[in-house]
Amino acid sequence: MALAFDEFGRPFIIIKEQEQKTRLRGLDAQKSNISAGKAVARILRTSLGPKGMDKMLQSPDGDVTITNDGATILEQMDVDNQIAKLMVELSRSQDYEIGDGTTGVVVMAGALLDQAEKLLERGIHPIRVAEGYEMASRIAVDHLECIANKFEFGAADIEPLVQTCMTTLSSKIVNRCKRSLAEIAVKAVLAVADLERKDVNLDLIKVEGKVGGKLEDTELIYGIIVEKDMSHPQMPKQIEDAKIAILTCPFEPPKPKTKHKVDIDTVEKFQTLRLQEQKYFDDMVQKCKDVGATLVICQWGFDDEANHLLMHRNLPAVRWVGGVELELIAIATGGRIVPRFQELTPEKLGKAGLVREKSFGTTKDRMIYIEHCANSRAVTIFIRGGNKMMIEETKRSIHDALCVARNLIHNNSIVYGGGSAEISCSIAVEAAADKYPGVEQYAIRAFADALDAIPMALAENSGLQPIETLSAVKAQQIKENNTCCGIDCNDVGTNDMREQDVFETLIGKKQQILLATQVVKMILKIDDVISPSNY
Amino acid sequence: MAAENLFKDEAIEEKGERARMASFIGAMAIADLVKTTLGPKGMDKILQSTGRGHSVTVTNDGATILKSLHIDNAAAKVLVDISKVQDDEVGDGTTSVVVLAGELLREAEKLVAAKIHPMTIISGYRMAAECARNALLQKVIDNKEDAEKFKSDLMKIAMTTLSSKILSQDKEHFAKLAVEAVMRLKGSTNLDSIQIIKKAGGSLKDSFLDEGFILDKKIGIGQPKRIENAKILVANTAMDTDKVKIYGARVRVDSMSKVAQIEGAEKEKMREKVQKIIGHGINCFINRQLIYNFPEELFADAGILAIEHADFEGIERLALVTGGEIASTFDNPETVKLGHCKLIEEIMIGEDKLIHFSGVEMGQACTIVLRGASFHVLDEAERSLHDALCVLSQTVIDSRVLFGGGWPEMVMTKEVDELARRTPGKKSHAIEAFSRALQAIPTIIADNAGLDSAELISQLRADHHKEGSRAGIDVITGSVGDMAELGISESFKVKQAILLSATEAAEMILRVDEIITCAPRKREDRM
Repeated sequence: MALAFDEFGRPFIIIKEQEQKTRLRGLDAQKSNISAGKAVARILRTSLGPKGMDKMLQSPDGDVTITNDGATILEQMDVDNQIAKLMVELSRSQDYEIGDGTTGVVVMAGALLDQAEKLLERGIHPIRVAEGYEMASRIAVDHLECIANKFEFGAADIEPLVQTCMTTLSSKIVNRCKRSLAEIAVKAVLAVADLERKDVNLDLIKVEGKVGGKLEDTELIYGIIVEKDMSHPQMPKQIEDAKIAILTCPFEPPKPKTKHKVDIDTVEKFQTLRLQEQKYFDDMVQKCKDVGATLVICQWGFDDEANHLLMHRNLPAVRWVGGVELELIAIATGGRIVPRFQELTPEKLGKAGLVREKSFGTTKDRMIYIEHCANSRAVTIFIRGGNKMMIEETKRSIHDALCVARNLIHNNSIVYGGGSAEISCSIAVEAAADKYPGVEQYAIRAFADALDAIPMALAENSGLQPIETLSAVKAQQIKENNTCCGIDCNDVGTNDMREQDVFETLIGKKQQILLATQVVKMILKIDDVISPSNY
Repeated sequence: MAAENLFKDEAIEEKGERARMASFIGAMAIADLVKTTLGPKGMDKILQSTGRGHSVTVTNDGATILKSLHIDNAAAKVLVDISKVQDDEVGDGTTSVVVLAGELLREAEKLVAAKIHPMTIISGYRMAAECARNALLQKVIDNKEDAEKFKSDLMKIAMTTLSSKILSQDKEHFAKLAVEAVMRLKGSTNLDSIQIIKKAGGSLKDSFLDEGFILDKKIGIGQPKRIENAKILVANTAMDTDKVKIYGARVRVDSMSKVAQIEGAEKEKMREKVQKIIGHGINCFINRQLIYNFPEELFADAGILAIEHADFEGIERLALVTGGEIASTFDNPETVKLGHCKLIEEIMIGEDKLIHFSGVEMGQACTIVLRGASFHVLDEAERSLHDALCVLSQTVIDSRVLFGGGWPEMVMTKEVDELARRTPGKKSHAIEAFSRALQAIPTIIADNAGLDSAELISQLRADHHKEGSRAGIDVITGSVGDMAELGISESFKVKQAILLSATEAAEMILRVDEIITCAPRKREDRM
């Protein structure tokens, strides 16, 4: 009741304007929330696995995105329902944390909700369900640790890393050349990785795309690409052994922050001012020249006169380079970003073996390549592809692969893919359930059933009989005591994921289970939904 | 209990079969739209813009047509996009790529109806595309070594490209223009140095290639109209009032006389600048920005030809052709590189006066002057010529050439059919479908020409089963002909791009099983 009575028996209002709000309470609220969560999971379910389908999304402005990436689908879906938004949030946090498995986590959450609904119908209190799930998730994660394998890799032996990245890429549209893309991703990560500290700064990897050519032309460049051209059309297009001055001050007369006025009242003043101005430009260019720079990269624009002076003194320059790119260039070339001309010194210059301008196709697109840098810790992955959507999708796929490679460097434990880890966990959870006294036992069993949902979806998407396949694989796991049995999505003929080389990261799987459980617990705990009704 | 609204009110969600249907239909509609423009006897389309003036474009160019359409269907947008990319990347084949993608989807629809999973179709298409590409690679002709033959190849390609355009009447003339222009580039793909000037009047035949450079500008009054052995300074500098660029500077005076003084100083400054420019020992000065009357007069006094307001492209091309540098400061005359040319004169084309630079140092740039009856004709002629130039410049880089007239499609069909027979499993249906889609292109070319396509295609196919066949459709006589004798050639690069991007697009659309359209962004009603 939203009405309460004071001591005189007069009603007073707790929730204002009740008639304008819709309110769901108790079991109804939970069921409605569960069905919303399940609806989201159902959308993503068909995208799971190597034979998963894509979704086409049209944004409010009419732009089309075609993707297979769970996080992207949910983000662009523009959902209105509050619970659905929680699921979107869930996928996003998996994306931030791990970068891969964004579809799986939502499907998992959907399955947990589905099981919870059945338990609720049997009259089990939602909190007990939530607690049971919590216990089960702990069991599952512990079990994952047990079945996880560690593998060794080094800078020379990248094969295991490439294999894992290939598993990630195989579910995307780019699986045509997953081998080369996986290699690119691994090499890129290794180039920027700090193996001592097991840390990878993904910001150092720039992913640039340009339509045209084919996917196979995608390449890894040990350097930076900037989508700019030389400020003056007649500047040299190729500079070897470049010494780069990286500036954040414009080639323009200075603009002091404090307000000031220069009054011109006599002819002399007019003339001195003019000379002053010319001297400014001259000085600026001269300073760059003096420290021995052979290329100027500037964040701001150039005055026409300065531009010509630069060109005239044979000092090529690039203008309007974005802040992020400027930083990357500074890291790659080992230079310092210089905010004032006065502070330019030879030590602050960056060095690069080769800087060249390259033009593409029949349009006037030009890009500047900065290669053979002093410090090759910044790399660029340059994607080519048939159309804009393809490039965007490739970018997302590469991002996933990069994240996976990073996670592996962080923690080199893996579990086997193809649903084998989930099946194994499901068996373990099921077995453990009986040890728990109380109602939680039911919830733990339900959790085990929910874990089966992922291999089931995989089998379904691959055109196999889901129930038959799953039970066969499960039986095989128990009989052979082999935790590597999974769903054979690609029709290779073996269920052993070790032979198929399908790996996933342990940390990714663990996060999937933990995050999904957390969100489901949160949804289950809601027993009252108050929303303003429409109009 | 039914789920509450997951999406906003106006959002649309389509799933499974319906989604697939929507994208197939959208893609096929687009393909059918441009289908009739394919081939030498293809028809044109009139496009009327919704903008002010309802301007009209008549065109045959696939990319131009599709660019101007307002499309709501998501799959159709994918096709528009590939056509645009084809235009940017190789310049030609923009219609073919859309038609091929449309045909691939049409075939896929039949397979999906026959309960074959889209993923199976995709893997079949991939195999087929790879096989088709290899088939083409085996049959390419590369005449890079033989300059004479290579030139004739270029000529043939240009003619083939132009034959489907408005210029087909004078295709030999234009092919020659295009080939000459591209040969001058000496291998660079920078089409900027080929300038196309459109002047209404005359007929298309009157179009010509000028070795020099033509600038669509007027010579200042009282200045020489003809200069021999010109020394040119190309500049980008303010010649109106040279403002003080120091921030916050302003003029504050307390009497009228001071105003006059400062005005005088300003004039003096300008005079000095002009003197400096003249000090370069030039007799022609070209500026990107405006030249005011005062400096213009000074230039006229010095007998220097001054041209104002030559836009960015004009300036860059001029710098390119004359070999001068674009200057903005004039303090060191001895080190500034000046441009040279033998003769500058004012010429008349139709009614208009233009400035003509001939005998330029760098032979790279040139100008093509297009003449034609109306603006629409000129616009279309420019687009056609641009296509031809693009294809030629790409061919100069990648000199591999194929025959045209449906020959490459038939070669691919043959190989793909073989592959289908060798492949076990459901994929073979998809591979067969791919070969049918490839055949659709010569069929459409024949249909558009009003020929009996079924008859022609079967003849072609029979002919292609002989080794080393060179048979293709001869649209002019309406029969199967020898493409080598007819001189119909196409660039390998264009064909490859068509094949790959069409397959890629079809694959992309096939993979979709759900379309979610967000509620359109509400626009402020300004009415």
